[in-house]
Amino acid sequence: MVPSKFAYHKPTTLKEAIDLLSTHGDDSKILSGGHSLVPVLKLRLNDPEHIIDVSGVASMGGIKDNEKSITIGANSTHAEIANNAALKEHAPMIAIAASMIGDIQVRNFGTIGGSIAHADPAADWPAVLLAADANVVISGANGNRTVDIDQFFKGLFMTAVGEEEIITAISIPKSAFNKNSTYVKFAQPASRFALVGCAVAVANADGYVTEARVAFNGVSATPFRDGNVEKSLKGSVLNGDAIATATASVADGVSIMSDHFAAENYRKHMAGVYARKALSALA
Amino acid sequence: MSYIGSSVKRVEDKRFITGQGRYTDDIVLPQMTYACMVRSPHAHAEIVSVDIAHAEKMDGVVKIFTGKDTDAAGIGGVPCGWQVDFKNGDTMKEPPHPLLVSDKARHVGDAIAMVIADTYAQAKDAAEMVTVEYNVLPAVTNSKVARADGAPQVHADVPNNLAFDWELGNPRAEVDAAIAGAHHVTTLEFINQRVICNAIEPRSAIGHFDTAYDKYTLYTSTQNPHLIRLLLCAFVLGLPEHKVRVVGPDVGGGFGSKIFHYTEEALVVWGSNQIKRPIKWTAERSESFVTDAAGRDHITTAKMAFDKDGNILALSADTLANMGAYLSTFAPAVPTWLHGTLLQGLYTTPLINVSIDAVFTNTTAVDAYRGAGRPEATYLLERLMDTAALEMGRDPAELRLQNFIEPFDGVEEEGYVTQVALQYDSGNYGPVLKRGLEMVGYEQFRADQKAAEGTGKLLGIGFSTYIEACGIAPSAVVGALGARAGLFESAQVQVHPTGKVSVFSGSHSHGQGHETSFAQVVADKMGIPMEDVEIIHGDSDAVAFGMGTYGSRSLAVGGSAIVKSIEKVLEKGAKIAAHLLEASVDDLDYAEGKWTVRGTDKSVGFGDVSLTAYVPHNYPEGLEPGLDFSSFYDPANFTYPFGCHICIVEIDKETGVVKVKRFIAVDDVGNVINPMIVDGQIHGGLAQGIGQAFCEGAVYDESGQLVNGTYMDYVMPRADDLPSFEIDRTVTPCPHNPLGVKGAGEAGTIGSTPAVVNAVMDALKGYGIHDVEMPVTSQKVWNIIHG
Ligand SMILES: Cc1cc2nc3c(=O)[nH]c(=O)nc-3n(C[C@H](O)[C@H](O)[C@H](O)COP(=O)(O)OP(=O)(O)OC[C@H]3O[C@@H](n4cnc5c(N)ncnc54)[C@H](O)[C@@H]3O)c2cc1C
Repeated sequence: MVPSKFAYHKPTTLKEAIDLLSTHGDDSKILSGGHSLVPVLKLRLNDPEHIIDVSGVASMGGIKDNEKSITIGANSTHAEIANNAALKEHAPMIAIAASMIGDIQVRNFGTIGGSIAHADPAADWPAVLLAADANVVISGANGNRTVDIDQFFKGLFMTAVGEEEIITAISIPKSAFNKNSTYVKFAQPASRFALVGCAVAVANADGYVTEARVAFNGVSATPFRDGNVEKSLKGSVLNGDAIATATASVADGVSIMSDHFAAENYRKHMAGVYARKALSALA
Repeated sequence: MSYIGSSVKRVEDKRFITGQGRYTDDIVLPQMTYACMVRSPHAHAEIVSVDIAHAEKMDGVVKIFTGKDTDAAGIGGVPCGWQVDFKNGDTMKEPPHPLLVSDKARHVGDAIAMVIADTYAQAKDAAEMVTVEYNVLPAVTNSKVARADGAPQVHADVPNNLAFDWELGNPRAEVDAAIAGAHHVTTLEFINQRVICNAIEPRSAIGHFDTAYDKYTLYTSTQNPHLIRLLLCAFVLGLPEHKVRVVGPDVGGGFGSKIFHYTEEALVVWGSNQIKRPIKWTAERSESFVTDAAGRDHITTAKMAFDKDGNILALSADTLANMGAYLSTFAPAVPTWLHGTLLQGLYTTPLINVSIDAVFTNTTAVDAYRGAGRPEATYLLERLMDTAALEMGRDPAELRLQNFIEPFDGVEEEGYVTQVALQYDSGNYGPVLKRGLEMVGYEQFRADQKAAEGTGKLLGIGFSTYIEACGIAPSAVVGALGARAGLFESAQVQVHPTGKVSVFSGSHSHGQGHETSFAQVVADKMGIPMEDVEIIHGDSDAVAFGMGTYGSRSLAVGGSAIVKSIEKVLEKGAKIAAHLLEASVDDLDYAEGKWTVRGTDKSVGFGDVSLTAYVPHNYPEGLEPGLDFSSFYDPANFTYPFGCHICIVEIDKETGVVKVKRFIAVDDVGNVINPMIVDGQIHGGLAQGIGQAFCEGAVYDESGQLVNGTYMDYVMPRADDLPSFEIDRTVTPCPHNPLGVKGAGEAGTIGSTPAVVNAVMDALKGYGIHDVEMPVTSQKVWNIIHG
């Protein structure tokens, strides 16, 4: 398993990285933790001529606890996120999802930026970021732009990131719903990616749900929030009955994936089971 | 001092755990080149043209060989090592298995060209630039489909893809009549799915032609270096055997898949003489998935008939055995002599007939995989037993006990003669099941199972009581059954002047711990410290012709050969000792490393005798110097380990998720040299057997592509899928080998699979189903519950 020949660049600033991207365009690929890209290269599914390793770009690292949000540098590893105190407190589902990714080696290398850029529909990040109402900071030759997570995932391995752009950070609002959140996954037995991953974040006031965000990955080629479930929960007391009613037909109208581990009907059923599991944990 | 029976830590583990193991791919020779194979991406395709013009000119490329070159060199391909004849006496169909195919690719991964370059990366780059034009043909992967008229023909001269058919046992008409007249008949149709061996070390081979000595060396990740040398020399390349050395260095697991002689081994050997440089080829994991011989792949219909009291009256079995695209080295033996012969099981079944159709398909070859035929036989019998118990409203444990063969020790009582060509060595089957029931707390379990009713969980218990034929094998017997090789073992015990001992064994360790357990035997029998013993294996230039390791044979056959040589050493040593002690040999006792004149304190140590043997100044007249003996041991019979496996599962009704809550294994492998190693073998075997039940299985699509050809999709069992195993043993010594051992390498895999599926079936007994296809995924169970 050896990749095709490539030139290796290791910029230390964002500007350098963007310049390299602009110069080499199509022929280049960004490398972060390498835990999706390196297998792709070794299987020769892709053969870029230039690899731009952004792991040395200091401004893309670190987790900042701001007043109204937490900013996760794109280079943050799954392990750093899983162990971050601010995230554990303000958005527990983020830390929980991180802790469920792969194994220790994967978590120590793989990054959140690399994962969402890769946009594997069975990855764990999409659901929690959708539920968290995250914003993705993307940088290019013309500076930074911020993309609402609802506009980020465009389909199977497709995102809003342009050819010559780099994800630099993910920002998580400190909100009531994020504070009360969790993530559960029904793992594919070989890869342990998600056959169904469900993230839920629920804000309550006076015992009633004021906002519910329920998102899935693994179920469909594009991760999604289930508006029907969210609407049904809003205004209710989050108890067994309300959960049962809200999750009676999860993922309705969504095009559902199918494989030899989980056919469409089973996946849909399990999406409901895992939505109930996640919501019950918050009830 | 007794090493035998104690859990001595494995001496080889230090190098393995500290990363100092030396595997084939670790070996680097001067001037070495690297090979990358161009493989067919199609399961079935005519090769219209192969264009190497561009690739040949690429950086670092030394040479590219295609099928035209091997054809021109007159190389016919790799042979099959076991002949099975059709029922009508015709010889099996044995189409050639070329090293590089030039006319047609018959499975995904069939090699079309070998690209050799200075580095592997260069070879790989150039391999990508070899242009092959294909005419893609319809493919067939399923043996039932392959038998049908109009199915794609894998080989033009093999009608209906039938490699051979075969039967064994009582006349079918007699068996059918007994079934027709029986009080109860249990019928099952099931699939024992194809599994991929997945040794952690991918196959690797280095061919080296040394022009100075006119001699070839093949380093290869193999379970049997001598066998590879024999096949390579005598059948593939026509090389003089004394000019070929085959070395199997440290090998990272084989599970059967490294018994066989593979095309790549012959290619690197042949190629190294063409280019006069060594060639290394190491499989990528994706190549392992499509080129390592796979296991199982049976489609079976079986019937078991009972009288009104639950006594078994007859058994019939019809199996389609998928051979893949070519006959691998021992493939024909697996569904026949290693499977059909085991259908007596532990039961007194008076009438048995088994019929096999061996079928070619557009898939990777199938051959022996841990257990080889015996797991399939056990699955067949034990699924029938639990199903029959359920259908007749009988307790599955009682039904078995009632039908068990009575105990026999093989000494006072004759070995049990089966309806299917074997004579069991010794057996006492009741105790393993009774011990299992005790360990599981059977009555309590049934109460728990009842109590779980109405909750969201279903509990189930499954049994499997198995027998296996190991210690493979008496040469004359297997010769009569079609083996094109003997199955004895060799051992040389070489005593050095200082009394240290080197033992050369024809067995080959690839994880089993021979360097430890063999040394325990030697140290004990010779009365010397284990540290004074070194076990050497795997090099055909160092070791006498041996048959390698598979079929749980190493200790039973290889260990026995060592014992024979030790006896010779001690016999000669006694003569030297007698001379030194001025006593008669008959008056000497040997214990704890010294010969003592009986009734006196006069003695001489093993070290002094060894030194005298090599410095024979004061020496018995007429006795040759030296203390060094070789032996070949050919066993009198197979050995027959047996045991009882019990599985408890819990099924979550809402999700169909099955959890193995407990797994109990009581195995009888005869005498035990190192309990820890035996436990380890059982544990690993159980994981593999349970893995087949729950996780593993090759999935092909319509076009013959392996859908789950990576670890992203092929499910291997992992530690967190499994409970802590509860294991115990009974000991029924083998009466016909000097150590009384039966072999422990395969027991775990052979017994466990049906226990798991039976447990699932027990949990699902309210749902009116007859079978659940392996691997038992949550999706399948959910379909049953909600179907
Ligand atoms: C054995 C194993 C198990 C795994 N299990 C799981 C699991 O259970 N759940 C799960 O979600 N994931 C799993 N993964 C995937 C893992 O999370 C990867 O780390 C992650 O998908 C990619 O992150 P990376 O930093 O390694 O990215 P890389 O592999 O370096 O890059 C991935 C892709 O993103 C692009 N990229 C990287 N960084 C940026 C950036 N800053 N801006 C724009 N593009 C960028 C690259 O060009 C490439 O296309 C597993 C991986 C392995 C090897």
